[in-house]
Amino acid sequence: MATQPVPKEYYRHLGELQSIDFVLVELTLYLDTHPDDQQALAQFQQFQKRKQVLTQQFEALFGPLKEYGNSPAGTQWTWAQAPWPWQV
Amino acid sequence: MWIYEKKLEYPVRVSKCDPKLAKLLIEQYGGADGELSAALRYLNQRYTIPDRVIGLLTDIGTEEFAHLEMIATMVYKLTKDATPEQLKAAGLGEHYANHDGALFYQNAAGNPWTANYIQAKGDPIADLYEDIAAEEKARATYQFLIDMTDDVDIQDSLKFLREREIVHSLRFREAVEILKTTQGERQVF
Repeated sequence: MATQPVPKEYYRHLGELQSIDFVLVELTLYLDTHPDDQQALAQFQQFQKRKQVLTQQFEALFGPLKEYGNSPAGTQWTWAQAPWPWQV
Repeated sequence: MWIYEKKLEYPVRVSKCDPKLAKLLIEQYGGADGELSAALRYLNQRYTIPDRVIGLLTDIGTEEFAHLEMIATMVYKLTKDATPEQLKAAGLGEHYANHDGALFYQNAAGNPWTANYIQAKGDPIADLYEDIAAEEKARATYQFLIDMTDDVDIQDSLKFLREREIVHSLRFREAVEILKTTQGERQVF
């Protein structure tokens, strides 16, 4: 099973995006039980903007992160290409 | 509707082949207090739980699938370069005979996953208390796994998962409080 190697930059971009996305996961769960917390909601929106920037950068370099049209497909269908998350 | 995102929630770094550790970690893949149980439990309970907490069950249930993927990644990376002899020496000979290097939903002792591990009582308080217990059991299991390995990279990922269980437990406790405040009220339609 030959795994397609990824460049070093992949891990740097991935790590940054994972950090921001984690904040959004955490805030999502918090807002589910504290829906009236306006401060948390403002923070959520701030991090969401950052996520959009990082996602765009990551996908431009490494292809779509989401399926079913939730990420730009690009000029070639790279969605179904390796590497997959358990291979990097 | 589910969308898959092609990245792990948190990194999983594995530097060496260690099928013995993989055999233990599978407890959180197909075991009673593992991530599959958690995901299926919450995503099933959510159909009949009060509106106010459906979002929480949906979101935690979805995150559990991300955790399941992390455990799978650990097991995959720890075993991908193992020979049949190495697998046998690690106590995975029976597994290899049936599955080769494939993962499967079973616990560390080899028992297959079963829906007997989960419940949906329909009673919101019963369901949420089961969910709190599930998170505490998962947290305890991650601690046992952390205690059993010296691998700092694996420990890092396991500690992340342990901390998530603590937060999930807290959220479910808050959900109980949210429901208790309206439990006594007369519903007028």
